Amino acid sequence: MKALTILNYQWKDLIRGKWIFGYALIYLLITDALIRFGGAGPKALLSISNVMLLLIPLVGMIYGALYLYQSREFTELLLAQPLDRKTLFWGLYGGLAVPLSAAFILGTLLPMLYNGMFFGEQIASILLLLGLGLVLTLLFTGIGFWLGLAFFEDRIKGLGFALVGWLFLAILYDGLVLLTIFVLGDYPIEKPMLALTMLNPIDLARITVLLEFDISALMGYTGAVFNRFFGNFYGMITAVTSMLIWLALPLYGATKRFRKMDF
Amino acid sequence: MIELKGLKKNFGRLTVLDDLDLEIPSGQATGIVGPNGSGKTTTIKSILGLVKPTEGEIRIDGELVNNRWEYREKIGYMPQVARYPENMTVEELFRFIKNIRGDQPSNEEELIKHFGLESELKKRMRTLSGGNRQKVGAVLSMMFNPDILIFDEPTAGLDPRSSVQFKKKVRELKDQGKTIMLTTHIMSEIEELADHLIFIVEGKIKYHGPMDELLNEHKEQRLEGAVAKMMEEEAA
Repeated sequence: MKALTILNYQWKDLIRGKWIFGYALIYLLITDALIRFGGAGPKALLSISNVMLLLIPLVGMIYGALYLYQSREFTELLLAQPLDRKTLFWGLYGGLAVPLSAAFILGTLLPMLYNGMFFGEQIASILLLLGLGLVLTLLFTGIGFWLGLAFFEDRIKGLGFALVGWLFLAILYDGLVLLTIFVLGDYPIEKPMLALTMLNPIDLARITVLLEFDISALMGYTGAVFNRFFGNFYGMITAVTSMLIWLALPLYGATKRFRKMDF
Repeated sequence: MIELKGLKKNFGRLTVLDDLDLEIPSGQATGIVGPNGSGKTTTIKSILGLVKPTEGEIRIDGELVNNRWEYREKIGYMPQVARYPENMTVEELFRFIKNIRGDQPSNEEELIKHFGLESELKKRMRTLSGGNRQKVGAVLSMMFNPDILIFDEPTAGLDPRSSVQFKKKVRELKDQGKTIMLTTHIMSEIEELADHLIFIVEGKIKYHGPMDELLNEHKEQRLEGAVAKMMEEEAA
C-alpha cells in the first residue's frame, strides 16, 4: 500500500522529467528503421537484440546510480516516517525499473505490431527477446542501485564504476575471452570457457539469442561451446537459469546494503 | 520515555558515540548541547533509525526499537538541514506524507497558518528560502500530533519573528504533555524551553540533569556561562 504511494509519486516525477519518453523513442526509431530496411525477418530481430544488449546495460546501470543520487532527499524524508526500509527500497527500485522496462517493451513492440511482424511465426522469438530485455533491465538497474548505494557519498565514483562496469561487461569481456582462447588454445579449456560465459550476464543473453536463432556462424567461440556442450534446448535453459541467478545477486546485495546504511 | 543503553557508533575508525547511556523523561523538554561534532545529531538519528548503531539498545516507552519502524508513528522529526524533493510543491509534499501515513488525522491547516506558510503552498520546494523550508519541516514534524518531538537545531535558519512563533508552538506542545528533545547552540533557547539538560562531548555524556541544578552548581546566573565553563574544563 505504502509502496504503491511511493511508486505513484516516482512515476509522476519520471513522467515530468520526460527523458523516459526519449528512451522509449530510441527503441521505437531503431526497431522501425531496422524493420523498414531489413525486412521483418530474423535478421531484424537479431539487429534489435544487438542494440538492446548494448543499450539496456548502459542505461540501467548509469541511470540506476544517478536516480538514487537524485532521490536522496526523497529517501531521507521517508526514512523518518513510519516506513519499513524494505518497502522504501522496493518503492525506489520499482519507481525506476518498471518504467525503464515498459519503455523498452513498448518502444520495441509498437513497430513490430504495426508492421504485422508480431503475429507471424516468429512470435516465440520476439517474446524471448522482450523477456531477455526485461530481465536485463531489472538486472542492470539493480547493479546500478548497488553501485549507487555502495558509493552514496561519492557520486563521481559511483557513476565511474557504473561506466567502467558497462565497458568491461559489454565490450572488453569478449576481447578477454578471445585472448584467453588465443593464449591457451592448445589446452582443453572448453569447460572453463563455459564458466567464463556464465560470469557475464550480457554474454549469457547474447548466447540465448543466438541459440534461439540457431546462427552458429555468429555464435562466437563461447556460443559454439555452449551449443556443443548442452545442445540447443539445455543450453538455453542453463543460460536463462544463470541469468535469473544473476538477477537475484545485485538485488540481494543492494537490499542488504540499504537495510544497514546510515543516512 | 526514551532510553539509550550502551549506545556506540563508529563511522569507520572514528568513534562518534562512545557507550552512551541516556534517559529522556516523558512529558518534559530535554535540551542537548555540546560542541560541533560531539554526536548530537548522530544520537538523534540513532533514535530515529536513520543511523544504525554499532552497539547498544534503544527503547521507547520500554519497547526495544532497534531495526523496527512502527514506532516512528509516535515521533515527529525536524532535521537540521531540511532537504525535500525539489520538484514537489509544498502542498503536494504535505499530501504525499499524509498518503504515506495512511490518511491519519492531521492538523496541518492550523500549523500552516501558525507559521504563515499560506502564500508558499503552491511553490516548488526548490524555490523556497531556507527559512521557509525549515517551517515546512516544522509543520511536517507536528502535523500528526505525535507524542515525541525531536528538533535538530530548529531555529538555526529562522528569522526572529518565526523563531518566536516556533518557540511559542513548542511551549504549547510542552503544556500538552509531549516529550520534546531539541539540540541547539543558542543557550537562551534551552533556558526558555528545556527542563533537562544533556551535555555531550566527543560522544560521551558529561552532564545530565535538571537545568536548575546545573545553574546552582556552577553559581552562574546564565546558562551560557555555565556551559562555556564546562567546555573549558573539558578542553583543559
